[in-house]
Amino acid sequence: MEILEEKKNKNRPYEPILEGIPDWPVYQLSKNRKEFVELVTQKSIERIKLLRPSRKQLIDELEATVYREQNRIKRNRWRVDPPDDSRFWSQIKNQLVELSSKNPDEIGPVEDALLEKIVHRYANEIAGNFKPTSYRFTREVVKFWFQRLLNGARVKKFGAFFRNQYTLRDKIQIVGKVKMLRSLALKGTVVMVPTHFSNLDSILIGWVIHSLGLPAFIYGAGLNLFNIKIFAYFMNSLGAYKVDRRKKNLPYLETLKMYSNLAIQKGAHSLFFPGGTRSRSGLIEKQLKLGLLSTAIEAQRNLYLDNPGGEEIRKIFVVPVTLNYNFVLEAPDLIEDYLQVKGQDKYFPEQDKYGSVQLLRFMFKFFTKGSNISVSIGPGLDVLGNYVDQEGNSLDAQGRIIDTRDYFVSNGSITEDKQREDEYTRMLSQRIVSEYHRINRVFASHLAAFVAFEMWQKKFPKLDLFSLLRLPEEELELEYAEFRKTFKRVRKKLYELKDAGKVHHATHLKGKVDHVIKLGIENVGIFHLKRPLLTNKKGNIITRDLTVLYYYHNRLVGYDLEQYV
Amino acid sequence: MTLSSTSDKPVGVIGAGNFGTVIANILAINRPVILYARDPLVARHINEKRENRGHSIHAQVEATHDLALLARECDVIFPMVPSAHFRTMMKQLSPHLHPYHILIHGTKGFDITLPPGETLDSVPKLSRQQVKTMSEVIQEESVVVRVGCLAGPNLARELAQRQPGATVVASHFNEVIQLGKRLLRNDRFQVYENNDIVGVEIAGVLKNIIAIASGALSGLGYGENAKGLLISRGAVEMVYLGRALGGDLKAFLGVAGIGDLVTTCNSPMSRNFTVGYRLAKGEKLDDILAEMTEVAEGVTTVKIAKKCADHYKIRALITDRLYRVLFEGMTVEEALEFLMRYPLNVDIDFL
Repeated sequence: MEILEEKKNKNRPYEPILEGIPDWPVYQLSKNRKEFVELVTQKSIERIKLLRPSRKQLIDELEATVYREQNRIKRNRWRVDPPDDSRFWSQIKNQLVELSSKNPDEIGPVEDALLEKIVHRYANEIAGNFKPTSYRFTREVVKFWFQRLLNGARVKKFGAFFRNQYTLRDKIQIVGKVKMLRSLALKGTVVMVPTHFSNLDSILIGWVIHSLGLPAFIYGAGLNLFNIKIFAYFMNSLGAYKVDRRKKNLPYLETLKMYSNLAIQKGAHSLFFPGGTRSRSGLIEKQLKLGLLSTAIEAQRNLYLDNPGGEEIRKIFVVPVTLNYNFVLEAPDLIEDYLQVKGQDKYFPEQDKYGSVQLLRFMFKFFTKGSNISVSIGPGLDVLGNYVDQEGNSLDAQGRIIDTRDYFVSNGSITEDKQREDEYTRMLSQRIVSEYHRINRVFASHLAAFVAFEMWQKKFPKLDLFSLLRLPEEELELEYAEFRKTFKRVRKKLYELKDAGKVHHATHLKGKVDHVIKLGIENVGIFHLKRPLLTNKKGNIITRDLTVLYYYHNRLVGYDLEQYV
Repeated sequence: MTLSSTSDKPVGVIGAGNFGTVIANILAINRPVILYARDPLVARHINEKRENRGHSIHAQVEATHDLALLARECDVIFPMVPSAHFRTMMKQLSPHLHPYHILIHGTKGFDITLPPGETLDSVPKLSRQQVKTMSEVIQEESVVVRVGCLAGPNLARELAQRQPGATVVASHFNEVIQLGKRLLRNDRFQVYENNDIVGVEIAGVLKNIIAIASGALSGLGYGENAKGLLISRGAVEMVYLGRALGGDLKAFLGVAGIGDLVTTCNSPMSRNFTVGYRLAKGEKLDDILAEMTEVAEGVTTVKIAKKCADHYKIRALITDRLYRVLFEGMTVEEALEFLMRYPLNVDIDFL
């Protein structure tokens, strides 16, 4: 069936904002990859030495790094790890051991050489591999096959496979401040920060960027994605740089941040998922990882510092984006992870049960059945979280133009103050989170999941979450009439929130309530083996998997809608 | 460091009340000061007579009636105006402010934003959406983000006499704290640091409630035991309310919390104490307020805190009884009787 019927005129393609690939900042970066890696290495070493000023501290840091790296190799090996990993680190370790027997004036140079070796290795590993030829190839392949699948599945006619009646744009709607994004990408450097729910996000966003006519962005993509070969190919060709979340040592983190910082300073549009990893609970991110986010602020400050005369410099714009799905492939595993560690302060083990075959199967399902995705592009912000206008001017709440430079001015001149910028990063992250909630696009399926789960929770007020989730699914049944009444009431509140500018919803949420409920129930977690919501023969609402329903319900947590259920 | 201490750019002070004048004098020891007075006559009086509200004015202080000039000349500004006028003042100041400005305020009160048609008396409950601290008002009304606040046992009269005293400078920004220290500190004035600005602000506001209660006990003629009881239970109540409003426990145990609380509860000079004292003597609230020249922030604070406690379901007995005394005609004796009979037996349960 056709869901999410949108106006056809939204389907027009966008012209590329920059003519040829050679003009793209990301191309410039990759062309001079060697020099850039060298620059990142040198700057990172400077930074690390600033953070660990004495010889002793630096040696301690290096020893800790080696220890952690060897542990990682022992405990958690990935397919993407280089084959010489183990050899490299035992070499470093030996050299560190030898160091202790040397006399003090010999230590310095050896230590520096070791640090450089490590940082250079990291910088090289992080740096992306953007190649215009393979970029073009990937882009065409993706477009071609997506289109074939889509038409083959949807147009029920002979030879439909080669029709062009449907394009990806029918499947994936892009809403929000598209024009502004295109304009800002010309005026300055864009740092795009999407929400993260599924491994599919990376590819989806890559497609969105291309279809909006923007030059390729550099990505901070989790190294675990490169374990899956098909992803690795896509990512490499789209300008991804690698973020390895297993490595928490100082030299690595500083190198990673420096890479992002310098790339942004060089004008490369960037993208990273500030939530860090996929949202385990299904909640919209509330807490962001501040590390990479701080690089945007640092880069902006450096640009101002390097141009003290006040001449026009490239401004950095932060653009929040939310991805809205009816279905998240990994939902059952994610929510299980979440529930396992809830209350305990453990880390999430990165496991990817999905190989290339599962992925292809999912893609096929995705295209053959009607499950749409929408991507909401938020308004541009400056690095302090102020809204900007189409020209890139920062505006205050009254619409007056502010000079972003002034945020870095102390006593009349631009200064570097780490603590101040940490605070700015925290403020920016709060702004992004509230912007996520504002641009979030609610689907009928989200609302149905939310209302159903909350109703069940209300029916068992004495049970905590875990006891509720342990109830046998057969005992859970909601009268349709009652569900309908509640759904309607919450939907009305949602409209009010929308009018107050606090959230968005898909157009299909309007209209006859029975129809919307039907849509919602049919689509929530549509491809799961055990469906989170169904109607039984009596027309009442039942569930086959309350845990997964909880996951989809979480999408609407944070709007204080619970009180209306 | 980022700020040269040799800079001789003037520092601004907004509000030529008691506290504003005293702070201007303290700042003037280290830097030239521009003092803003809302009333042009007051500004002229200060400049001509070198005197204000009984305080002689330091030679480095210059009074003005021009906010634009103050914002242009000063990168660092200390707003010292009553909470009821704070937002209006910020709205006037805001067009002249830039992100390089640093604001350190010394106002102990809440700001209330209500839906049109509602008044503080008509709303049954208040949430944090409606109740803002002054640092939040600054950020809402202007582009200034580097905000700090002053709090602590700072009785204007004693400071003016250069008796030993202390203050807390609280801010999320070390830069602001260090700057505040450098500007304010002298051999008679100690400055402490705290980075929980909201906690410090809330502590400074809530202690005014207990100050009224303390005045009331005094007015009834009770002695030190009763006061000890009030201060310790009052501190606990402040912690509960403060936490619900987003402050951290530590702020309440420091100079801005306990320090300020003990001072105000023992100070017959304080306006809030006076209100309580005269209430217990049987005077009517309206008469007392009509006679006061400066605002007793505590009276409004009781109203706000009571409605917040109701919203967040916090048990705040002293605040609640005081509310009834102030606005619902309960006598001080009745309130005291209720409190003494209340079956409360846990001493400290927030640590």
